[in-house]
Amino acid sequence: MSYLVTDQIDVGALLALVQSPERGGVACFLGTVRNHHRGREVVRLEYSAYEAMAEAECGRIVAEAGSRWDVVVALRHRIGELDIGDTAVAIAAASAHRDEAFLACRYVIEEVKRRVPIWGGGGGGGAGQRGSGAEDGRDGSDEVVISSLSESSPS
Amino acid sequence: MLPTAISTLTVRVLLFASYAETLGLDAIELTFDGGATVADAIARLRALPGGERLPPKPLCAVNLLQVRLDTPLASGDELALLPPLAGG
Repeated sequence: MSYLVTDQIDVGALLALVQSPERGGVACFLGTVRNHHRGREVVRLEYSAYEAMAEAECGRIVAEAGSRWDVVVALRHRIGELDIGDTAVAIAAASAHRDEAFLACRYVIEEVKRRVPIWGGGGGGGAGQRGSGAEDGRDGSDEVVISSLSESSPS
Repeated sequence: MLPTAISTLTVRVLLFASYAETLGLDAIELTFDGGATVADAIARLRALPGGERLPPKPLCAVNLLQVRLDTPLASGDELALLPPLAGG
């Protein structure tokens, strides 16, 4: 299982992973790249990751959701260069009824944002790559204004 | 076993995003004589050129798990300094 992907996230395929005849409630959250951040224009966004830990942390979060609720969860996070409107993170949660699907979906996105080592910025960065200096709106790049997805992200 | 055989501790430190730029490197090995904690490694890094710009208490992970700064290090550990997270 690889939670990190570099290609576009196929939401239909993600939903297909969790849907089944006994699970009638399916909740889906998409975090997409918006065109503004703290009053500045965003033109594109690059996500870098501590990939080994990000994969492990995503796995732990999905497992936690599965232990707390009777749900099946699928999660993908894209890394690399993304354009406005691209889906950066997608979560699908399916359960017999909607309550658990919504709860699990919300839990997973909040924990991903809190625990998964992924940074949005303007030039890559991290071990094995050239450092970018970008993180959570503090990048000083002229060409690329960065963003981080939040509750206010279009979805 | 000779005491000297167990007195040296070497860990690999990974730096990401803004922290990598702060120090101008994305990985470094640190060696300690005797035991060391995550906080000891942070102090060593903050003594490097530009290291004073690292926060004194950054988010850290050892072997892919977030840890407290008083966590002891073992030889061969992979310590990662994680800038504030913006995943999702």
